[in-house]
Amino acid sequence: MMRKGRDPQSAGWDRLRAWFLLPAWIWMAALFAAPFAIVIVYSLLTRGAYGGLGQPWTLENYQRLLDPLYLEIVLRSFLMAAVTTAICLVLGFPLALFITRAGPRKNLYLQLVILPFWTSFLVRLYAWLFLLRDTGLINTALQHLGLIHDPLPLLYNNGAVLLGLVYGYLPFMVLPVYATLERLDPALEEAAADLGAKPWPALLHVVLPLSAPGIRAGSILVFIPALGAYLTPDLLGGGRTVMIGNLVQNQFTTARDWPFGAAISVGLMSLVGLIVVLMLRREREGLV
Amino acid sequence: MESILELRDLVKHFPNHRAVNGISLQIPRGGFFSLLGPSGCGKTTTLRLIAGFEQPTSGDVLLNGVVVNNQKPYQRNVSTVFQSYALFPHLTAAENVAFGLRRKNQPDIARRVRDALDLVRLGGKESRRPAQLSGGERQRVALARSLVLQPDVLLLDEPLAALDPKLRKQMRLELKEMQRRVGITFLLVTHDQEEALSMSDQLAVMNAGAIEQVGTPQDVYLRPSTRFVAGFLGAVNWIDGIGLRPEVTRISRTLPANGARFRPATVTGSVFLGNCVHVLTRLESGEDAVAEVPRNNRTYQTGESIHLCWNPSDEMILP
Repeated sequence: MMRKGRDPQSAGWDRLRAWFLLPAWIWMAALFAAPFAIVIVYSLLTRGAYGGLGQPWTLENYQRLLDPLYLEIVLRSFLMAAVTTAICLVLGFPLALFITRAGPRKNLYLQLVILPFWTSFLVRLYAWLFLLRDTGLINTALQHLGLIHDPLPLLYNNGAVLLGLVYGYLPFMVLPVYATLERLDPALEEAAADLGAKPWPALLHVVLPLSAPGIRAGSILVFIPALGAYLTPDLLGGGRTVMIGNLVQNQFTTARDWPFGAAISVGLMSLVGLIVVLMLRREREGLV
Repeated sequence: MESILELRDLVKHFPNHRAVNGISLQIPRGGFFSLLGPSGCGKTTTLRLIAGFEQPTSGDVLLNGVVVNNQKPYQRNVSTVFQSYALFPHLTAAENVAFGLRRKNQPDIARRVRDALDLVRLGGKESRRPAQLSGGERQRVALARSLVLQPDVLLLDEPLAALDPKLRKQMRLELKEMQRRVGITFLLVTHDQEEALSMSDQLAVMNAGAIEQVGTPQDVYLRPSTRFVAGFLGAVNWIDGIGLRPEVTRISRTLPANGARFRPATVTGSVFLGNCVHVLTRLESGEDAVAEVPRNNRTYQTGESIHLCWNPSDEMILP
């Protein structure tokens, strides 16, 4: 009888809650839905004579995506994003585990993981340029030490791009994995040891499966931005490693083919959306 | 009989706190032994020292006569039923029970898991996850998971604390019965004296990191060796330094005869408890005493002068 959900005052609260959501709705509508709708419309138009937009309506832009030239770029982007995610997981899981067990230093280490965000990503990528280039810190140091004669090709290749991607997105893996590990009941590991599991089997059969939600969240958070990455391959790949993001950029700038650039964008977003839906479905099934 | 588990001068100090302060104990093979004490008395730490989750500051833990101080938890043939049960949430009941057998590469896992689940009457629920089981069922899975490994000693850390009171009483009987059937030594840690009294063959009463008394339930309840033990195991009336349980303290309106001891007192109130009535009284010396009387007795009025009386054999004489 005292249930707040039934009395008229609560209807007022519901209305108030709806008002609170309004800014978010306006934001999403103006800055996501509307631009996305424009992009979809663009993707169905034809390139104008001087690079603008023209008639007729067509699906040709999407057909061009299947051209082997572009498919290769899509595949490479997928591969780069997948490898980035895998490396982030291999590096991030032990790091997250270490931080969980760091006792009083836990917060310090967490701050260190977040520290890079205090500086712009662009600035940090330039820092990598200075480290990796032929006359950069690493090559100069190795040459001074007499370990190498000619500078190592550290920059403008797939490896450099991968390094940049892993560097940039590692915190997105560490933080969610840390969050799940932190919530894990310490008694579970004691129980594993108590039942005869040595440390490695305990990690494999108890800690790892129970951190699956964090690993899944971290993988989504790393894979998606890595797939659409444009700054890192542009700066560290030097234009040699073209990923989907660079392709889109090229179409809108150099190639002046807005409809095709729009079609690539729509394709990328559909793929990302599909992946997220699949991952979320697996997560729901995993919980049952 | 040779003891299966022995503690020798066991000490565990934490940075700001002395949890266990020199415990020596011999636990006989095949019985039901309890460590009883208030929270913070060091009983759970003692259990964790035996399981190997903590390292003693000094002293030894002996299992089958062998010092196991340096053995890791996974090397010791003891198993723990945790207070929270610590079931693996991602595994089914059967997989939880199979966990230890798999880690130890034992043969015949499927049959042994089935037998263990039958033993705790969970047949038919083997493919449920812990989240789909009730509190009592989860506890049975935890029991089966440990028992299936045939440990030398089964360690139970407040296993009934998370259950509702009715189920708790039923589980006391079941645990005791299960111990008899499987013949494994059970070591129970509890702060509930009724639990310890009703289940144990022997118990040790702990206080402030040390053992106050070891004995059978009758020993510690009827012949406590310290005031702490007397008070922890049940209510005590202290009359001239002599301890009397309320249930052996009687009330008489006339002077009692035939050898009973007595003191004059005044009724200060009474509490109806359903199965009996507690009559609260005050002695002339100013001490308060409670007499447990049958419900059908005449009621005593507050302010009424009566005699408290008892048999000398019921007196608990303590230092």
